[in-house]
Amino acid sequence: MGTGGIAAGGADVMDVFKKRLKEKGIQSEVKKHCSMHKVGCRGLCARDVLVDVIRYDVKTTYQFIKSDMVERIVEEHIVRGTPVAEWLVPEDYHHFHDKQVKVVLADCGMVDPEDIESYFGAGGYEALRKVLSGLTPEETIDVIKRSGLRGRGGAGFPTGLKWELTRKAAGNPKYVICNADEGDPGAFMDRSVIEGNPHAVIEGMIIAAHAIGSDHGYVYIRAEYPLAVERLRKALQQARHHNLLGENIIGTAMDFDIKVKLGAGAFVCGESTALMYSIEGKRGMPRVTPPRSTEAGLWKLPTCLNNVETLANVPSIIRNGAEWYASFGTEKSKGTKVFALTGKIKNSGLIEVPMGIPLRQIVYDIGGGIENDKAFKAVQMGGPSGGCIPVEHLDVPVDFESLTALGAMVGSGGLVVMDEDSCMVDVAKYFLHFTQSESCGKCTPCRIGTKRLLEILERITAGDGREGDIDLLLDLSADIKVSSLCGLGQSAPNPIITTIRYFREEFEAHVTGKKCPAKVCRKLLAYSIYEERCKGCGACVRVCPAGAITGEKKKPHVINPEICIKCGSCVEACKFKAIGRE
Amino acid sequence: MIKVIIDGKETRVPKGTTILEAARALHIPIPTLCNHPKLSPYGGCRLCLVEVKGNRHPVTSCSVPASDGMEVVTSTPLLERIRKTNIELLLSDHPNDCMVCEKAGDCTLQELAYFYGIRENRFAGERRIYEKKDANPFIERDMEKCILCGLCVRVCEEVEGVSAIDFAYRGFNAKIVPSFEKALDCEFCGQCVAVCPTGALTGKMWSYKGRQKDVRDVDTVCSYCGCGCNLTLHIRRNEVVRVSSRDDTINEGWLCAKGRFGYSFVNSPERLKTPLIKEKGTFREASWDEALDLVANKLKKIRAKHGADAIAGLSSARCTNEENYLFQKFMRAAVGTNNIDHCARL
Repeated sequence: MGTGGIAAGGADVMDVFKKRLKEKGIQSEVKKHCSMHKVGCRGLCARDVLVDVIRYDVKTTYQFIKSDMVERIVEEHIVRGTPVAEWLVPEDYHHFHDKQVKVVLADCGMVDPEDIESYFGAGGYEALRKVLSGLTPEETIDVIKRSGLRGRGGAGFPTGLKWELTRKAAGNPKYVICNADEGDPGAFMDRSVIEGNPHAVIEGMIIAAHAIGSDHGYVYIRAEYPLAVERLRKALQQARHHNLLGENIIGTAMDFDIKVKLGAGAFVCGESTALMYSIEGKRGMPRVTPPRSTEAGLWKLPTCLNNVETLANVPSIIRNGAEWYASFGTEKSKGTKVFALTGKIKNSGLIEVPMGIPLRQIVYDIGGGIENDKAFKAVQMGGPSGGCIPVEHLDVPVDFESLTALGAMVGSGGLVVMDEDSCMVDVAKYFLHFTQSESCGKCTPCRIGTKRLLEILERITAGDGREGDIDLLLDLSADIKVSSLCGLGQSAPNPIITTIRYFREEFEAHVTGKKCPAKVCRKLLAYSIYEERCKGCGACVRVCPAGAITGEKKKPHVINPEICIKCGSCVEACKFKAIGRE
Repeated sequence: MIKVIIDGKETRVPKGTTILEAARALHIPIPTLCNHPKLSPYGGCRLCLVEVKGNRHPVTSCSVPASDGMEVVTSTPLLERIRKTNIELLLSDHPNDCMVCEKAGDCTLQELAYFYGIRENRFAGERRIYEKKDANPFIERDMEKCILCGLCVRVCEEVEGVSAIDFAYRGFNAKIVPSFEKALDCEFCGQCVAVCPTGALTGKMWSYKGRQKDVRDVDTVCSYCGCGCNLTLHIRRNEVVRVSSRDDTINEGWLCAKGRFGYSFVNSPERLKTPLIKEKGTFREASWDEALDLVANKLKKIRAKHGADAIAGLSSARCTNEENYLFQKFMRAAVGTNNIDHCARL
């Protein structure tokens, strides 16, 4: 149960299961054949709450389970052995998993994230034992280098190389930092990994510490992730209890421990240098490089900072070998990538796919297509730093290079699907609003430039767009990209650049035609009543908060555009589809 | 020493020299707003970006050290376009009141706006509006003119060791503030005022007394203490209207509150300009010769009647070392007593 599962009612369902099993007096019976487990995120959030019943080794999965449905499952399935057919997952549930390859998420949804024994049972900490008993730091780095693992936080820097640079850097002590300050709107990969399998991240960090020669680690995690923090802290305690952290780890000469540092809600603190200042207790503002963090990072000492997902890959790579990992993905982008699939998609949830998979397969095979079978319009990848990919590029292989070439990026892994009802100008405005308010204010282009980009987008969506505004957006975007100090500013214009590149006509419709083709931008809409359809029932008059609609009973009504605030309440209230929105 | 080539000119610089320092040594100008040679590099204004052969993106010359064989270009159409855009962005959020600004004529932002020929602003939009609310008599903070270069924050932390101000808020609303946004209440050394490249920080007592082009500079030494800081008095119509210090001086251009702001006595009508001799309970003006003769005669009389140890001398911390040395020598050798002390010993 991750945060999403709990929000869908997972904890209640679990409680009722416990209660019912107790009432039936079959608790011990159940224990003999199986155990009851709370697990991390299963991936298919759209079908929550999901329940697996494993009876005599036969696994049956239920979807959309509410607490009042539990009694029947216990009665009919667990006691009598007949599954409740109408609540079972349909065939497409399995399609959701067919094209996925799970490395990072292999144990998410399988192991109990609050129980280290459960992780041991799935081979947990075997990689650490293997490394500490038989691999030198150099050999460990070599395995990671050969695996082709690249940073999963967005930039795709080769992980093995980063470890090597930190190992070779002069200075002591050295630090390992896990960046769990996941902040992109629509992204929940790192949260789910920590909530679902925190020990994999911890194991990855200890292996990294061995490789670079560090005895101090930090997990920088946002305070807005209380469940992940709680499970992480619990896991750290269990790991210390088993001497996997602390002094002389599992009887070797290695000392290493991990502190948890909570982020206070600044998006920019996900930027590595700002993150390190934040750990030091300073204001989270990125600094100029060089020196790189691998030479002078936290407290000006050599520091290796990796993202949650990157570190969670490490134990599997060590256990299964570099060649096994490198067998997934493309030539330059090896392995798998976790994505948070959201937006107007049927199967929203957490997915893991091999690098290089065509985007179309993610949207249609795994995602099941667009909600309400509307037309696909674009995918926004990489959050506010990323860009939009339109339908004509739907077959693009999802890897670092191909996406960058399209103006988007793998980014941290947010994947927001948009349908025909999405206005691309509005989408760009949404992301700019985000980056503008999250800019730290240090450098001129990001501080003032993103503000000006947002102002231009605001006037375009308000119908005040001026001739030349689209080119002004592009010119300013180009200058901000090349002159900003950190990744936030350098990538902030991406949503604008890609939406203009692929949907320029939609921008032009706003600027010159003063129309929003997707009918999203409120100030560009006009509401009117079709005389021939209006029955004069007065339903719209009653809901109109502005008193803009008038008319005699049983005669066609009219909307006064001067008073209308364009809220759309009348459209929803009208049973005769007599109100038009243009 | 390493070799760098900047705009085709070759030079040798010590390892660790930044590209900006190397360029300045070659008299190649690179615009900056947030750089100060004595403060840590910041990289916030983005004007000093240069292109380095082999680098995909331009780099900030203020922070990147030159490396052996590095080839740098400081001006390209791309770099000039970026500079112009960034100056334009700064001006889009800056009061357009150079006509009445204290800093006009001595303002880096104004200079850059002139050189980049910025008249119309493509990015005109919302401006930050801040109220001036400090009651102190020394530092005027007009935060609407602040360009967030952070020089004041760094000088306060790195030179003064006080950290009275820092950044607050994010993005467009980022602002330099004292703790909890209270009124400024610090040592008022005014170092922040000295490094501010715009009219955001000025001396309160300077206002409307004369801008940089109107003043005559006179170099002198501060009379407040024995440190002997070098001062430059800025004088208009025979009146000291502000004080600064050159950075190639013994005090490297840094001053304290007294040296920088404590100059009003110079123009005070109550200031003593001659020695005074008290006769029948009232003072009258006298010449130095007359006054010194009087003191010498009185000292001689006391010594003759009561001995040298009846006399004691107390000197001042405001005198220089040399003056204090002379005074003790005078007391010991000329007067003949060891009764000599100094106010700073207390």
